[in-house]
Amino acid sequence: MKKVITAVILIFISFILQSTVFRALAIQGIVPNLLIILTACSGFMQGDRFGVFVGFFCGLLMDIFFFDIIGFYALLYMYIGYLNGFFHNIFYPDDIKLPLIMITVSDLLYSLTVYVLLFLLRSRFDFGYYFLNIILPELVYTIFVAVIFYPILLLISDIFRRAEKKKEE
Amino acid sequence: MSPLVRRKKERFRLPVKYWILILSSVCVLLMCLTFMTDFKFNTANYIVGYTIVPFQNGLSKVGGYLTEKAELVAQINDLLAENEALKQQVDELTIENTALMQDKYELNTLRELYSLDQQYSDYDKIGARIIMGGSNNWFDTFVINKGSNDGIQPNMNIMAGSGLVGRVVEVGPNWAQVISIIDDTSNVSATVLSTSDNLIVSGDLSTMENGYIRFSQLVDEDDKVVVGDKVVTSDISDRYQPGILIGYVSYIEEDSNNLTKSGYITPAVDFKHLSEVLVITELKQTID
Repeated sequence: MKKVITAVILIFISFILQSTVFRALAIQGIVPNLLIILTACSGFMQGDRFGVFVGFFCGLLMDIFFFDIIGFYALLYMYIGYLNGFFHNIFYPDDIKLPLIMITVSDLLYSLTVYVLLFLLRSRFDFGYYFLNIILPELVYTIFVAVIFYPILLLISDIFRRAEKKKEE
Repeated sequence: MSPLVRRKKERFRLPVKYWILILSSVCVLLMCLTFMTDFKFNTANYIVGYTIVPFQNGLSKVGGYLTEKAELVAQINDLLAENEALKQQVDELTIENTALMQDKYELNTLRELYSLDQQYSDYDKIGARIIMGGSNNWFDTFVINKGSNDGIQPNMNIMAGSGLVGRVVEVGPNWAQVISIIDDTSNVSATVLSTSDNLIVSGDLSTMENGYIRFSQLVDEDDKVVVGDKVVTSDISDRYQPGILIGYVSYIEEDSNNLTKSGYITPAVDFKHLSEVLVITELKQTID
């Protein structure tokens, strides 16, 4: 239960930060994707079940505030959370390589899906432009923020792991 | 005591693949509903309106205050130099102003004669503050801090300064989602003010970086439309009030069909530094 409440608070904080503070800190109009970091991390830290739910609610918030078709981002984020859940078994907290790779892959997957479904299908064929000007800057900025954001998430998940261990004993 | 030892109840957990299936179908259902019908997800709009929006209101105020202060310090030196120059300019302008005032009285009387003063100054407007920029790099939507409690409805037009910003798409109790005219999916029916030729203005993510949006389908056989002409919203648009300034023509080229022209428009609004906007609280009259 405590886990769920923490997750809800984290989703709220990430979303609010992403749409206010980071909007003000945007470089060339590009905002880092905090919600993808949160979704990916909950996937490989807590397992696929947790990733699915965190992803679903992150996406739903995006849908409600910024998109006219509700359900699109919810679906996308949910699958990303689920995919990250597969790596739960090979995730070790001390190793930062896997999390960064997973966040990179997740963000790329997200951007490419948005491009193909919402831009390519409206005959915006200039993939090179969109890749260099939107996908790549967002990726770099997101990884940069992830380096700061990830230890905080790790700390929170550590607290829960210790509490669980104590309970078992 | 009963001989049966009460076992701790095993909690039933639905396997994750079923959850995916359930949530996926919920998503697809919602997508179909919102895409094909006028269905509005009102409960969710209310919930987020009273949980998230207050925080955003506060944060955007703090952010605005901080940027203001930071800019203030940086600009003081520039301002001193500028002040000198401006004082000189004031003198020059005062002389010019007196001459212009005389012209203005003349213009006003002429306007009344032609009843040309029906500019958009007579639309009812309310001010609103932008509390969230789109947290997405692909689309240009944002959220303002007025909603259905303040009488805002979908399809109301949004202005800033003297130009068109966009229109309201979705409304919550204390927030409203606005899609701007520079968004990649936005299309506005417009008119060139000088020649009354109609055209379509569409937002474009790839040209907006250079400060332009596209226009197309301009029929102008006599080559009368020139660079610098004003483009305003047209009378035939079913979502935008007529006569609101969109921007100025900055580039024209003939299409390959030799019938229509297309090109770029510089928007009248500075979309990079928007913080306060005006909502026109009248809806365009349509036949239902």
